[in-house]
Amino acid sequence: MALSTMPSMRRLAYGIARAAGVASRRLGRGGGTSVPGAVLLRLRPNAIAELAGGLQDGAACISATNGKTTTARLLAECLEQDGTKVLANTAGANLGSGITTVLLARTDERFGLFEIDEAALPALADALRPRVIVLMNLFRDQLDRYGELETIADLWGNLVRDLPTETALVVNADDPGLAELGFGDREVLWFGVEDTRHALEDVPHAADARRCRRCGSGVVYDAPLLGHLGHWRCESCDLARARPVVAASRVDLDGVHGQDIVITTPHGEVRSRLALPGLHNAYNATAATAAAIALGIEPQVISPALSATAPAFGRAERVRLEAQDMLILLAKNPAGVNQNVRTLLLEDGPLDVMIGLNDRTADGQDVSWIWDVDYEPLIPRLRSLTLTGDRAYDLGLRFRYAGAADELIHTQPNLPLALDRATREAASGGTLFALPSYTAMLDLRQELVRRGVATEFWRDG
Amino acid sequence: MKLRICHLYPRELNIYADRGNIAVFRQRTGWRGIDCEVVEAGLDEAIDPDAHDLFYLGGGQDRDQALVAPDLVATKSDALHRAADSGAVVLAVCGGYQLAGHGYKATDSSALPGIGLIDADTVAGSDRLIGDLAIEVELDGELQRVVGYENHAGRTRLGPDVQPFGKVLAGAGNDSESGYEGAMRDRVIGTYLHGPLLPKNPWLADRLISWALQRRTGRVPELEPLADELEAKARQVAIGRAGRRSG
Ligand SMILES: [Zn+2]
Repeated sequence: MALSTMPSMRRLAYGIARAAGVASRRLGRGGGTSVPGAVLLRLRPNAIAELAGGLQDGAACISATNGKTTTARLLAECLEQDGTKVLANTAGANLGSGITTVLLARTDERFGLFEIDEAALPALADALRPRVIVLMNLFRDQLDRYGELETIADLWGNLVRDLPTETALVVNADDPGLAELGFGDREVLWFGVEDTRHALEDVPHAADARRCRRCGSGVVYDAPLLGHLGHWRCESCDLARARPVVAASRVDLDGVHGQDIVITTPHGEVRSRLALPGLHNAYNATAATAAAIALGIEPQVISPALSATAPAFGRAERVRLEAQDMLILLAKNPAGVNQNVRTLLLEDGPLDVMIGLNDRTADGQDVSWIWDVDYEPLIPRLRSLTLTGDRAYDLGLRFRYAGAADELIHTQPNLPLALDRATREAASGGTLFALPSYTAMLDLRQELVRRGVATEFWRDG
Repeated sequence: MKLRICHLYPRELNIYADRGNIAVFRQRTGWRGIDCEVVEAGLDEAIDPDAHDLFYLGGGQDRDQALVAPDLVATKSDALHRAADSGAVVLAVCGGYQLAGHGYKATDSSALPGIGLIDADTVAGSDRLIGDLAIEVELDGELQRVVGYENHAGRTRLGPDVQPFGKVLAGAGNDSESGYEGAMRDRVIGTYLHGPLLPKNPWLADRLISWALQRRTGRVPELEPLADELEAKARQVAIGRAGRRSG
């Protein structure tokens, strides 16, 4: 909508917001990612709905504890290869202010693709009126900020109940915490992983959603796949995993390098070679495929798009160092880190690992979650271990009480010094694996940029 | 010598990494050549008050707390009272602390029963008390700082038959008003401190191990000191964080 046709008060509000963005960029505040949006929302609380009206081809919203950034990237690639110009937000801007800022900066994009914070989803979906909503998973994360999983699931239940019928719902069939959100007669495009060769022997220690949402009895698994995701059913009532319409029927993992995946859909098979490792990324690719199908994109477009998607910033991102490569695997909650550990164990030979833990707002200030991670299988495979960040010593204790030898545990809260140590210890020509929490990942990347080996993130797609 | 632990409801009550506390009991006995046995007791399972010297009760999400509360009353309350009255150690953390008291009243006035092992009542507040927490504790005449993290909506008021576990140095504690944290009687301790509690407070861990072994053998055991350098450093960081906490 052209500025000149706007009523004057409204025009003023948008002008002030844009000016705030310019000022904030000049001050060098994180690329000015959410300041204009925050300003505009103060002046015009209805701004998101107003701005979203300009997206002629509509919008899609993706929410999850884990995987929303990568899934958004995969879906963006599908849309772009289908000829749709996409307006998308970034991981650090997944609340109202960030999304408003992105909408303000829209030029000729016709479609909006938004990854959205779990708790913020209902209000934002209400304003954005998306064509598709993807509900991927709910894992234990940031207990100090979110409170409990049930609360989020109930919020999502309210959202589902009030949703217009034309909105397509794409939901993970493998997450028992997302069953029974109150779908009623509404059509749901269920997705899931069918390849049970990747089943775990048992559900991991701190798995969530172990109770049936309908009757409160225990949930049992024929095939636990990732955390509490898997082929599940209630032990008492008839609630069970829905049969996925879009399903990863074959997943061949290739260590930290990637995987080959076959996804069956009602419109034919998607076959891709993903540059993204691990079963969690099989879930991300399947979710993106289901959303693409819901948007009318054909499998022959989806297949090459998934293969062409490069890892998102800090999520299996590979950086070339002087003597070796570094692979950065964001490690922000137990389910995510357990997946990282599982992926590392697919590698041959001894491992060089650096783990970073901060306790800032974006990480969650309560660091007790590291005790829910199953680091134990990693310990016998480690050649070197460097622990860093504000809470490096907490990580040290975690490994000490997991049975690691004191000589193996090296703690260095100062990140540049820790990086020096880790690269010195790591095999030359090999890979140093970095598992940082969210802000530790930002710090690590900033240090890599300073050393001239990585690019700054606002230049990163 | 053997430390005999009963871990209550590990499946339901594990929200704040309670297994870290169990790992501390296992390792700190193992490093000293003392055997450690951990028996788990879940829903519907009766417990033997004489078969264990240390009972551990963690915290859960609302739904799991509601599931556990009536089961605790029906299948384990008597045994826990008998164990506590005969010198067994009971460590109840967060939600477990609330259930070890007389019960929990939610904001919608629904209530969960407790077992009254600790003379305390908990009522939900309108907001959650969240952040690093440092307290001062006196056990067996020895004064120590204990640190951790708290995250609870419940406000716990102590009755006359119980003492506070510690005095709040920084943070909220039982109700953010009394200046006290946790509760204690005999060798039963209830506390909101997690993080988990014991890795950063090895002095407390060893005290509990010592009490439990003493109940078994009748003698105060000699626990050889361990090299707790990492513990000391992590503790310093947490104490610093608690000191900077506002409100
Ligand atoms: Zn059921």
